[in-house]
Parts: sequence; C-alpha cells; structure tokens
Amino acid sequence: MLSNVRYMELLIFLILFPLLIAGLITLIHGENFRRGAVICGAVLVGIASLFALMGSVTSHPIFYSVPVGIIGILIFIGDIAISGYIIFVSTKARQYLVTAITIIQLILLCAVEYLALSDHATIPELFLDQLSGIMAAIIGIIGGLICVYALGYMREYHTEHPERPDKRPQFFGIMFLFLSAMFGVVFSNNLLWLFFFWEITTLCSYLLIRYPETDEAIKNAFRALLFNLVGGACIPIAFIVIFLSHGSDLIGLHELVVAGPGIALIPAGLIGIAGLAKSAQFPFSSWLVGAMVAPTPVSALLHSSTMVKAGVYIIARFAPVFEGQLIGILIALIGGVTFLAASAIAISQSNAKKVLAYSTIANLGLIVACCGVGTAEALWAAILLIIFHAIAKSLLFLSVGTVEHQIHSRDIEDMTGLVTKMPRITMIILIGIAGMFLAPFGMLISKWASLHAFVESVPPFGILLVIIIAYGSGITAFFWAKWMGKLIAVGEPQQKDESHIPKSEKNILYILSALTIGVCFGFPIISWYLIEPWLQNIYQSVTELISLSNIEIMFMMLFLVLIMPFSLARFSRSASRVPRYLCGIPESRSTEFIGSCGITREIELSNYYLDKIFGEERLSRISVGIGIFLIVLILNIIIVGGGL
Amino acid sequence: MSYLQKSPWIIHYDASSCNGCDIEVLACLTPLYDVERFGILNTGNPKHADIFVITGGVNEINKEVVKNIYDQMPHPKVVVAVGICACSGGVFKECYNISGGVATVIPVDIYVPGCAARPESIIDGIVQALSILEQKRNSMKTGVEGTA
Amino acid sequence: MNPFLAAAVFIILAPVVGILITGLDRILTARMQGRVGPPVLQPWYDIRKLIQKKQVAVWGAQSFFIFCYLIFIIFTGALFFAGGDILLVIFAFTLAHVFLVLGAYVSFSPYAHIGAERELIQLMAVEPMIIIAAIGLYQVNDSFLIGEMADHPGMPILLLPGVFLGFIYILTFKLRKSPFDLATSHHAHQELVKGSTTEFSGRTLAMVELAHIYELVVMLGFIWLFFGANLILCALAIVVIMFLEILVDNCTSRVRWQDAMISAWFVTLVAGAGNIFALSIM
Ligand code: SF4
Repeated sequence: MLSNVRYMELLIFLILFPLLIAGLITLIHGENFRRGAVICGAVLVGIASLFALMGSVTSHPIFYSVPVGIIGILIFIGDIAISGYIIFVSTKARQYLVTAITIIQLILLCAVEYLALSDHATIPELFLDQLSGIMAAIIGIIGGLICVYALGYMREYHTEHPERPDKRPQFFGIMFLFLSAMFGVVFSNNLLWLFFFWEITTLCSYLLIRYPETDEAIKNAFRALLFNLVGGACIPIAFIVIFLSHGSDLIGLHELVVAGPGIALIPAGLIGIAGLAKSAQFPFSSWLVGAMVAPTPVSALLHSSTMVKAGVYIIARFAPVFEGQLIGILIALIGGVTFLAASAIAISQSNAKKVLAYSTIANLGLIVACCGVGTAEALWAAILLIIFHAIAKSLLFLSVGTVEHQIHSRDIEDMTGLVTKMPRITMIILIGIAGMFLAPFGMLISKWASLHAFVESVPPFGILLVIIIAYGSGITAFFWAKWMGKLIAVGEPQQKDESHIPKSEKNILYILSALTIGVCFGFPIISWYLIEPWLQNIYQSVTELISLSNIEIMFMMLFLVLIMPFSLARFSRSASRVPRYLCGIPESRSTEFIGSCGITREIELSNYYLDKIFGEERLSRISVGIGIFLIVLILNIIIVGGGL
Repeated sequence: MSYLQKSPWIIHYDASSCNGCDIEVLACLTPLYDVERFGILNTGNPKHADIFVITGGVNEINKEVVKNIYDQMPHPKVVVAVGICACSGGVFKECYNISGGVATVIPVDIYVPGCAARPESIIDGIVQALSILEQKRNSMKTGVEGTA
Repeated sequence: MNPFLAAAVFIILAPVVGILITGLDRILTARMQGRVGPPVLQPWYDIRKLIQKKQVAVWGAQSFFIFCYLIFIIFTGALFFAGGDILLVIFAFTLAHVFLVLGAYVSFSPYAHIGAERELIQLMAVEPMIIIAAIGLYQVNDSFLIGEMADHPGMPILLLPGVFLGFIYILTFKLRKSPFDLATSHHAHQELVKGSTTEFSGRTLAMVELAHIYELVVMLGFIWLFFGANLILCALAIVVIMFLEILVDNCTSRVRWQDAMISAWFVTLVAGAGNIFALSIM
C-alpha cells in the first residue's frame, strides 16, 4: 500500500499525464509516433487508474490540498478561455443562442470569482474515495482501450471517407485531453475545479462531434454544446447560492454533502439539473442522439461509457442529499420517464447506433432514478449499473463500428445472418447484447437490485418507478432480442471473412467481452470491497444488500449459460438439413424460391419496428413535454425554497 | 404398440382434387367421426407430420410441391392417397396436365379408393397406415432407411 | 421442505401434472365442440412419438436454442418451487423465452420469423404484469422469497384483486390460448402454419412441448402464491381458471397483435398497477 501522499501524486499524474500525451500527439505528427504514444499512454493511464482503484479500497476517503495557490487563478483563466473560445466559434457559425448562454455563464462565473476572492476558502481540492476509484478505473481502462481501438478505426474511417479532412493528430489529442478532464471531474473535491473540468468535457464533446465537418455534424455539435451549456449554467448559480448563504467553506463536494439536505438541497438540485443535461435525460436527450454522427470510438467513449456518466456521477454524489426530498423524487421521475420513453423509441429504430444511443439514454435514466431515490440500496444498484453499462455498451459500440466498416452499413437489417460471415464478432455482439438485458448478466442484476430498492422507498413514488421499470423491461427485451435474432437468422451462409478487421480492433473487442463476463463473476467482490464500504461511510449503517443465496443463484445461471456453447457442437451434428417450409414451394437456392408464373424471388424478412405505436417523433414530443414540466417544477421548488 | 401409432399427425394436401375428397377428409375431424380420439391431429406442417394424406391426381404444376412436402417430412412417414384420382388419376387420368396418381411422383403406402372416398374408409386407411409407420420405424432403427 | 428436494420434486412431478392438465384440457375442448377427444395421456404419447422421429432442421443451431429454452424453463420452475427470489424467477423465465425466440429466428423461415416477432410481442405484453404481480406479492408478504410467500397464512388475493385479475388476463398469452395465441397455436392449420414452431421437428419439437408443460405448471404456481397456505381454495381456483381459459379459447378468435398488446398493457395499468399503487399508499 502506498502512503497518502503517493496517492495524491497518483491523482495528479492521472490528471496531468494524459494532458502531456495529448500535447505530444497534437504537436508531433507521424503515424508511427502517434501509434506508440497512444498505446503507451493508454497502458500507463490504465495501470495508474488501477492503482487509484486499489488505493480507494480503504475505509475512508483521502483528501489532499494542492499547495500551490496560483492554481485557483489559473482555473479561472481557463474557464474564461473556454468561454471565449465558445463565444468565438458560435458567433462565427451564427449560433447566437450558444453565444448568449456562454456570456451569461461567464458573467455568473465572474460573480462567483468575485465572491471567492473576498472569501477565500481552505478546503482540500482533490480527494479519492471508492466511487472516484471506480469511476477512475472505468475512465482509465475503458478509455484506454477505446483510444487504442480508435487507432485502427480512424485509419479505416479516413480511407472510407476520403472527402473528410484528416485531422487525426487533433482527434487523438482531444481524446486524451478528455481523459484528463474526466479524471479531473472524478477527483475534484473543490466544486470550482470540478466545474472547470466539466466544461472541458463539454468542449471536447463539441469538438469531437463536429469532427466529420459535415453540415449535419456541425449542427449536432452545436446542439450538444447548447444543451450542455444550459445545464452547465446552473452550476455557477449553485456556487453563488453557496457563497451567499453559507460562505466558501461549503464549496467542497464532501463538505456540501455532509452539510445535509437542509443546506445542500438547493445547490444540489441546481447541480443535479446540470447532471441531467450532461447525461442526456429528457428534455435534453436529443443531443446524444445527434452526437452519433461522430466517429464510433467517440460515441463509445464520450457518449456511452464516460462523459455522460459524469452527469450521473454528480447526481450520485448528491444522492444522500436527495434521499426522501421532493427534488430527489422529481429527478428520479425524470430518470424513470427517460428510461421508459427512450427504451420505447429504441424499438422503432433500425440504425444500430441510434438503438445504442437510445438504450444509453434509457440506462442513464435508470441510474438517475436510482440516484434520485437516494437510499443506500438504490445507490448500490446505481453504481453497479454505471460499471456494467460502461463496459457492455462500449463493447457494443465498438463492435458495431467494426461491423460497419466491413459491411458498410449500420442498419440492423443489413446484419442478417452476420453470424456466418463474422462468427467471432457476432459472438461478441451477442455477449454485449446479452450483457444489456439478459439474466444473469450485469445489467439485469442491477435492474433486480433497483426493483428491490424502489419498492420500499418514498411511497408511493417508489411504486411509480417500479411500474415504470416493469413496463420498461418488457420493452427492452423486445428491441434487444429482435436484434439478436437478426444476427443469427441465417438465410444463405456467407463466406466467412474476418481477415480485414485490424488486429488491434479485434483484441480490444476480446478484452472488453472478457471484461463483460468478468465483472459478472466479480461483482460480489466489487460490492464487498468498494461499494459497500463507500455506502457505509455515507449512510453509516448499511444492511446486507445482496444476500448470499442470491449470489449463488446468479452463479448457477451464469454457469448454465457458459456451458451451453459446448453442447452446440453436439446438436449441429445430429440433425439432417431440410430446407425451410414455404408452403411446399421448393427453394431454388437457399434463400430463393420460384413464385407464381415461374418468377424467382428472394426471401426477404425484416423485423417489426411498430412505429405506429413507438414512433420516434411522437414519443419524444410527449416525453420532452413531461421532462420540461418536471424540470420547471424542480426550478420552482428551488426558487421557492431559496426564498424561504 | 409404439407411441408412433398413438399419435399420428397428418398433413393434408390437395393435389388438384375436385374438392370432393377434401371435404371428406375434413369431415373426419368433425364431431361425427372425431379422429382426435386416436390422437390424430391435422398439423398442416410437413415438419410435424407423420402421415401425408393427399387427394387428387397431381398436375404438372404442383408435382414439385408434392415432392417438396414429402421431402420435408421427417422419417418415418407414410403416404395415404385418398380418392380414386389420387390412386390412379381417376376420371382426370387422360387430362393433358395430370400425371395420373400420386404414385407417379412419390411412393404411396396406402390407397383409399372411392369417389369421393368415404370418411370411414379414410379413417380405415389411416389406421392401416399406422402399422406401416411402425414397420418403417423398426427398419429405421435397424439402420435401413424407410422407402424414401 | 428442503429447497433442493422441492426442486427435484418439481422436475419429476411437473411433467406428470402438466401432462394430465393438458390432456384434460384437450378432452374438455373436444367436449365443448361436441366431440369425444383423445385419451388423457395424449400429450405424453405425442412427446414420446416426437422423440422417436428422425431429427430434421434448417440449421443445427435451432435445436441448441430450444435445448436452452427447455433447460431454462426447468431451471425457472426449480427455482420457483425451491422458494427462490421471485424476481430472479421472472428474469430466468424471460431468458428462457428469448431462447425460444432465437430458435425460431435462426431458420430464416417466413413463418417462423413472424412467429418469433409475435412471440416477442407477447413477451413484451406480459412482462409488466408479471413483474407487477411479483411486487404486489412482495407488498403483502414483505419478502421477495417465494418460500416465505407460500407460507402466508391469509389470502394475498384479498389484498390483490386487481393484480390477480390482470394476471389471469395475461395467463391467456402464456398458455397460448385464443384470442392471444399470436405466435403459435394448439389448433392446427392457419395462416401462420405453426408460427414460431414451424421449423422444429422430432426431438426439438418434443422439447418445445415439454417446455410448454413445465411452463404451465410454473404459471399455476404463480396462482398458488395468491392463495398462500390455503391449498384447497387454490386448487379450486385453478380448476375454475383453467375452465374459463378453455371456454374463452373455444369461443373467441385470435385478435390482432395491436389489440392484444395494448389491451394487456391497459389491463396491467388499470388493474395491476392501480392495485399495487393503492397498496403502497395504504
Ligand atoms: S376421387 Fe372423386 S371426389 Fe375425390 S377428387 Fe377425384 S373426382 Fe373428386
């Protein structure tokens, strides 16, 4: 075990080292150098983040004050620089709404800084506890893997789209800058720092979404920026509230949470709104769907496994404040509505990336619902969801990216019978999908836990959430299962051909699928050593959250699933092949039959999308409406509460 | 008696019959005759069926269909030709497009004559088919494939 | 009872009970139509016969998925009667059905494909109600463990009338009875041929039939939970419910999937969700 000081050096290393890599990659061009730097950087960041995870396995959080006073000023200057840059690009692109919001934010920030100068606080800037450790490991390991994957992917991307400008040095630079900022978010105790890193992630997301430089990409990038800024603007307001009412001692995350709901509720609610925007909850969700124009590694890293998780991370931090409060319930309801609506919309989508995007929004909704409820059990489920979702979803995004480069389509219908063409990749996608909704994989364990958690909490609202999950889980099963079905439905076996896939991509996919299965086995360990001690710290008394017999059952099921593939070989031998039944019409070839008048016809089968019922436009209109209503309700409560 | 005989599932196909025999086949399912008493079900799906009940004299167009349905039935299986058309082509034998009896296309095990064949004789034919089914099952077990 | 013993008893006895009930079902159906009907053991003969047939398939993987389906249905039932966590039972149940659907998908056959899609729609239609039933039972028993629910001295149904009604409604889906036999049906010869089971034959089809029989017993097990320890009343209720299901089966025709799904969700919301919501306020 390292000493505390060493750990703090580790944190600073994690924040600064990706920055160094980012600088190197941007400045020194050349494919080989970039390759080396990205791989080295990813490995080192991964290892360091694992150390951070191990370091967090102590019973108490470790706090650390950075001894350099000047950093506060530097961060303020950084904030101004970011705002300045956004004002510059948005006026150039005539996105005046973005400009206006940035200016408002800047003014608020100056006010905060003015207050902070007169009332200088002495709180630890950085800290490390179990939740930070878990988040850091997700960022470090999955982020690293995705960066390495992106090496091969981006090369193919530019051969496929020669018309788009090749700015790979900047691309990888921004990716590493983003990693650095994410570490900053999860390690910051000082909320001013946290806000600074938060804004960097928003900026990175904007830059990466507009990477293709098509009109659509630019438009969607600004939409993402706009929604995140609207949310982000709530944070400085929260600061002002803190400074004016309680002074600068509460500007630390830990201090604020410990202060209890009486004091912290209003700032927490405001910051919670920023979290909702960041994690793409209704009514903000449309930016995440638009963000899918970005190259797939970006979608995997920013828009499913890490950046959007910053939103739920911050809500999870304030969960103890929200527990049993009306604001918490409203936030939970927003999460619940988002879970239900986004899952339903996913049914009507045939674009694989959009399905993934909506399912991401839905799962974030579930996490938000857990955090909003804020009981120990709900939070336990939320953190497990964060872990499982990050791994399985990035696996799915990356494998869809790989498939897309091979079949030149991201449409699920075009993936019919993929199992014969790319058996390994299909297997990986199947693992990923199973990880998203089937017992005994992780997401389902968490869903189970959240049902347990909701049923007892804040009656009758808990039951409302339970009902939402009940409907949502049926819907989720529908759209995932039909995708699975498409992959394995074999019309005519195609030539097996996986040789064009870059080695690095394949290896990353293997590692991620191993992780998906691995965390299912390891989740009791994660729970005992990380999540439960963390909850113990926050809630003092924690009952045993998952009883031993249930773990046994889960293992039994996992075991069943794992041995099944071995019996596959036995069955495929024992049956003799007979063509499919077409009312007696013979097949001339495997997927063709002779129709009336002797015309040869192809069998075409496509999935149900039920868009009369689950149409995207209709459902999003309704749920954005509900979302706005709930957000306004929260704001009203905050204003009224602040006035009292 | 093996289980095969206790649960014969049939598929009924109309290979250009005049519909007279079809009506009689369906009459077997009605309360009056109620073949379900013997466990007989009309499955309408060759992959589930044991007995292929076929009516009519098979024309040039549906020859392939008859063959296809026969091929898709899993062993052991028997074919019952119902009505004189199915047995030999009957009154349509000389027609330009009739191949003349089911046996010209697939092997037939039981012939049920009559125009139209009476439900009693159809049931009788199917019951007789059961013992052939049993024989085929035995020869399948000993390694010799049924008359495919 | 010892959980492992209970599970073993289920695995051995469920087919016996299931086959008897299915056999009686077929006789009753025949009587309602003015026929005599098959022997009681007919389902058993059917399964044995199917096992004797030669195995044919479009792709070998079909039988693999169906094998998984059967295994997980049995697992679900064993978990149920061993007194496990009711939510886990439900999730295992869903998993089993996903395997059935995948088995239907594999063949790329038009009929099986439509059957698979409809099977999924049925899954989506009934899932909310089953989960809500589990939650309702939790509210009454204060435990998610089926073992403890079964010992409830009173009658949970008195507190859960809405949930019970909703559950009976979706039971029709689960028993594959008209008007909700969208995916595949016991009655022969229709536009879908045999829907999701079209491409299965021989041993594979036998596994499907066997799984249906286990499934029936599990569903009846759920009804039992509404009656707690009052076994006689429970048996009576099962008789009445099965009679009603068969009656409805015989006098309705299949509805469109839209009507099936929306009506199931509506009933779930009004009867089921309304009931548990009211309980949580009290
Ligand atoms: S045998 Fe007679 S009734 Fe039967 S199909 Fe031929 S003509 Fe018609």
